[in-house]
Amino acid sequence: MNIVRRHRLLLPGLIVFLLMAATSSLLIGTAPIGQARLFAALGGHGDRIADTILFDLRLPRMLLGLTVGAMLGLAGAALQGYLRNPLAEPSVLGASNASALGAVAALYFGLADLHPAVLPILSILTGLAALILLFALAGRSESPLTLILAGIAVATLAGAGISLALNLSPNPFAAMDITTWLLGSLENRSFSHVWVALPCIAIGATLLMIDGRALDALTLGEDNARALGANLRKTRLRLLIGVAIGVGGAVAVSGAIGFVGLIVPHLVRPLTDRSPSAILLPSALAGAALLMLADVGVRLIPTNNELKLGVVTAMMGVPVFIFHLLREKRIW
Amino acid sequence: MVKIQIEEATVPIGRRTVLQDVNATFEGGSLIGIIGPNGAGKSTLARAILGLLPLASGYILVDDQDIAAMDRPALARTIAYLSQGQTLHWPLSVERLVALGRLPYLAPLSRLLPGDAAAIDRAMALADVGDLRERIATELSGGERARALLARALAVEAPALVVDEPLASLDPGHQLEVMELLVRQARSDTLVIAILHDLTLAARYCDRLLLLDQGRLIADGTPADVLTEDRLASVYGIAASIDRSGRAPIILPLSRI
Repeated sequence: MNIVRRHRLLLPGLIVFLLMAATSSLLIGTAPIGQARLFAALGGHGDRIADTILFDLRLPRMLLGLTVGAMLGLAGAALQGYLRNPLAEPSVLGASNASALGAVAALYFGLADLHPAVLPILSILTGLAALILLFALAGRSESPLTLILAGIAVATLAGAGISLALNLSPNPFAAMDITTWLLGSLENRSFSHVWVALPCIAIGATLLMIDGRALDALTLGEDNARALGANLRKTRLRLLIGVAIGVGGAVAVSGAIGFVGLIVPHLVRPLTDRSPSAILLPSALAGAALLMLADVGVRLIPTNNELKLGVVTAMMGVPVFIFHLLREKRIW
Repeated sequence: MVKIQIEEATVPIGRRTVLQDVNATFEGGSLIGIIGPNGAGKSTLARAILGLLPLASGYILVDDQDIAAMDRPALARTIAYLSQGQTLHWPLSVERLVALGRLPYLAPLSRLLPGDAAAIDRAMALADVGDLRERIATELSGGERARALLARALAVEAPALVVDEPLASLDPGHQLEVMELLVRQARSDTLVIAILHDLTLAARYCDRLLLLDQGRLIADGTPADVLTEDRLASVYGIAASIDRSGRAPIILPLSRI
């Protein structure tokens, strides 16, 4: 019986952690404003300045940290399960790079200045184009290795496109814009970004959440998984579309934020029974909480130029990851 | 009891025909051994029975239903399968591993029910891995791991069980243990189909043997009928001494021909 009931404290614990991270993301920032005024605004009777800071600046930022972090953590967990590879992360199928290419094109051609939604929408479109290319390259093959190779090809091609834009950029400021965007950030985001990202992430996350049983069955290899009733063709279709739309939507609003998708499943796995389905939801919750906390870190660490979120997740994430690997005798 | 009929089945893998015009009918309550040299098509036959490979011609019926038209989870609940090679990608506990056998019964996003937990306990008891419940399956010895994976297949509690080389990497004691377990399953009305390489064990425990060679079914019958010196010479290319003094023949390979 205990197999049914074990690890039941994990989800409540993660939800409490998530709520704490979300609250600190709303209350902590660079604006010199007392927390009492923010609490009053949260309660619905704040002054105009507090309302603006809370609802126009910090709330969209918090929501983006929450959804983007959840998507990256979930995509990492689902891909590690599907590819049966602890090195897999959201960028492995090329979705991140391809979405970044669309954003870079928007910056390069100056389209990004037309409307705040142009950049994320273009980014999602290139992400979907990459998905079509991925299907053309690896659509019929059953093997996860073919998929990884095709993903590397797509990612490299998109990376080459980004390099080309940097190479040809008309002036240093344009190149700077592109590089800065690529570092990843949630700074100066508004609700228009939330409305672009949220539907994509909701669709992507739903597609990734429902295949837990097939991912578990794949622990025994493809033949045994199919003999256990898994329809791997459909699982693969849902996974690819889910990653392309979800991660594409996330990258579109936040830039390339690395390491969350790789590290979070590894941090969560020892707290579960280590089956692929068991880490899906916890990875989403932990990814959301960690990205919101990293974004609070961006605001708190005093530097001349503002720190970029992607830099902070890498700088904080890698030492945590290494410590975790050294402490855990088992790597995955 | 379950019935599996294979009618004129021809199975290609890529451009090569791996199985040619195979006919056989199996019914519950018997232990059937599939033997033959490497590359004879034994695993292909097992995978075809599971519906994992498309047939070029012919058909396979489970309880008079064409498996090509069957719903996958329904087929998974009817035939349990253990592939060769002890594949296990994540370090699950033995109990969690055995629980994977209940997947054909789970609706999407649902959890294991107490009934599943009981089936898991029964399967672990049958395969004698109850003591390993909390151990990590990837850290077990080869023999323990083989039994844990067998328990996973037993946890499906399907009326038919197809096992591909269940004796690989087992010592003689555990080989006998697994064969006795398969016989017990067959005696409790399960149809057990086992791909085996040890001819003496196959002869001793199986009710019926199918001998495959180069994708064709060469012989189908009782172990004493199937295992003859001439067939071992023509199929395996070996000279063997067959001792027929006991209840079942004992085969001792002597030399290559």
